[in-house]
Parts: sequence; C-alpha cells; structure tokens
Amino acid sequence: MSAHSGAPGEAHVAHQFDSAEQQRTSAEMGMWLFLITEVLFFGGLFMAYTLYRWSFPHAFAEASMHLNLIWGGVNTFVLLTSSLTMALAVNSAEIGNQKQLKAFLLWTILFGCIFLGVKVVEYSDKFHHHLIPGPHFQFEGGDAKHAQIFFFLYFAMTGLHAIHMIIGIGLLSYIYVMAKRGTYSPAYYNPVHVSGLYWHFVDIVWIFLYPLLYLIGAR
Amino acid sequence: MSDTHMSRSMYYRIYMILMALLIATIGAAYIHFGVLNFPIAMLIATVKAVLVIMYFMHVKYSEKSTWLFSTAGFIWLGFLLVGVMIDYLSRFAD
Repeated sequence: MSAHSGAPGEAHVAHQFDSAEQQRTSAEMGMWLFLITEVLFFGGLFMAYTLYRWSFPHAFAEASMHLNLIWGGVNTFVLLTSSLTMALAVNSAEIGNQKQLKAFLLWTILFGCIFLGVKVVEYSDKFHHHLIPGPHFQFEGGDAKHAQIFFFLYFAMTGLHAIHMIIGIGLLSYIYVMAKRGTYSPAYYNPVHVSGLYWHFVDIVWIFLYPLLYLIGAR
Repeated sequence: MSDTHMSRSMYYRIYMILMALLIATIGAAYIHFGVLNFPIAMLIATVKAVLVIMYFMHVKYSEKSTWLFSTAGFIWLGFLLVGVMIDYLSRFAD
C-alpha cells in the first residue's frame, strides 16, 4: 500500500501503475482473486459437509438440535449489521468524511468482537455438554458416531470462520490506525475498499453456515 | 469511481431487506416444509449473499472482470460439489 506522488494531480499512485484508476482496478482484482481462493478453501469443508449430511441425514438433524439457533441468529444479525457499517465506512472514505470513516470502522470492529464473544459462549457450552469431538465426546442420541462427524464439521467450519474474523478485526484495526493518520481520501482509499471486500466475504460464509449448521430440519 | 453509485439510503434499504430475509430464515425453520426446508433455507441464504455481493461489495457497479471473478469462484465450488457427489451418488450398495 505504498503512496507517493505520480503525475501532477495523481497523488498516491505507485510507480508501476499508469494511473490511479489502474491502481484501483488492480487492487480490486487482486482482492477478488484472493477471495475466490477463499471460496475454495472453505469449499473443501462445505464439500465434506455436503457428503456427510447426505450420508447421515438423521444424525445431522439430531446433532443440529443441540446448537442454539438463537445465538446463531444473533450472530447472523451482528455480522449483517457489521457488513452495513463496513460498507458505510468505505462509502465515507469515498466521499472524504474522515470522522464517519473512523466511526464506522470502529463499529465494524465492535460487531466483530461481539460475534467472537458469542462464539466463546457457544463453544464453552459445547465443552460443558461433552460435545467436542474426541475422547470425551458424549451424545445421548441415536447415532453418536455420526453425530460426532457433525460436531467435527461444526467446530472446523466455525473455527476456520472465527480465525478469518480475527484476521479481519486485525486488518480493520490497521486500517483504522492509517485512517487516523489521514492516509485515505476520495482520491485514494483502495485499502479500505479491499478490506471491505474481505469483510463482506467472511459475512457471506456465515450467511451459509447459519442455516447449514443451526437450521437442519424444522424445529 | 468519480461519484458514488450508491446513496446512503440505498445501503440502509438493502440492510432492511437483509434483516427481513434473516427473519424469514428463522421463521422458515419453524415451519414444516418437509424436504423443501433445506432448498428454501439455501435459496434465502443465496439471495442474502447476492445482495451483499451486488450492493455492499459493489459488484453491480464494478467492471465486468470483477463480476466474472466473483461468479467464477462459485462456479468452481459448484464443480467441486457436483463432481464429488456424482461419484458417491453413482456408487451402489456395497
């Protein structure tokens, strides 16, 4: 994210780009390229989920009942709201409103932290009910062996997602620090924009995780 | 982007639609649609994802190459899911 003057009137254009516009489209394309690798990264786990849910539908439905869909719903609400504040942060950078840029970044970070807090509550609950796969796993249902597969996928998918959230919070914290220094303006806010793309992607992963993990079968 | 494609009010409107879809997601989980529960939940999730992609991620207002990249990722995921499932679905009882 280097920023030094190029042609007159074209501040913040790195030397390898002909124009600010080319720099902007390159940044966007680069982040999208990364995001599609992320689709396949999570995709591997979605594949495993697809296969094992197809194989053991009753075990999965029964296991899913042990997840609290209210907590999951709260987290979905929190992430959707964080996507709004993130989009508004990018919009603020676009129109040059520094105060709102910083405020919306902080809101987004806060919502991310609330999401992680809820995950901590949920994971502790699972621990206390012996639902963490491994030697201490206990499932008082029909098909404990295959229910354990569901819980393995639950922890793997939400765990990987949580790691991405932590990275996202770290990223946005860095962007906030740079915003405080006045680094961003309508002429240059690519880092804010691509951080937003990353954040929205992590939100989209959760949008699918919620029904797949929490809402199998009707209640 | 010389001037913003999306107004603030548009962001808020998309957000309200997402909230309504979230309520629909949870509501639908309490209604017995039988085998349709799963496709309905996936359809609602897909609509939410498309709204986030098109409006929050600005793909609607971006270059066609952005649209191509974002679509390609999901098509590739489709290849993975379909390809592997074709294998398992075509196996007969051992």
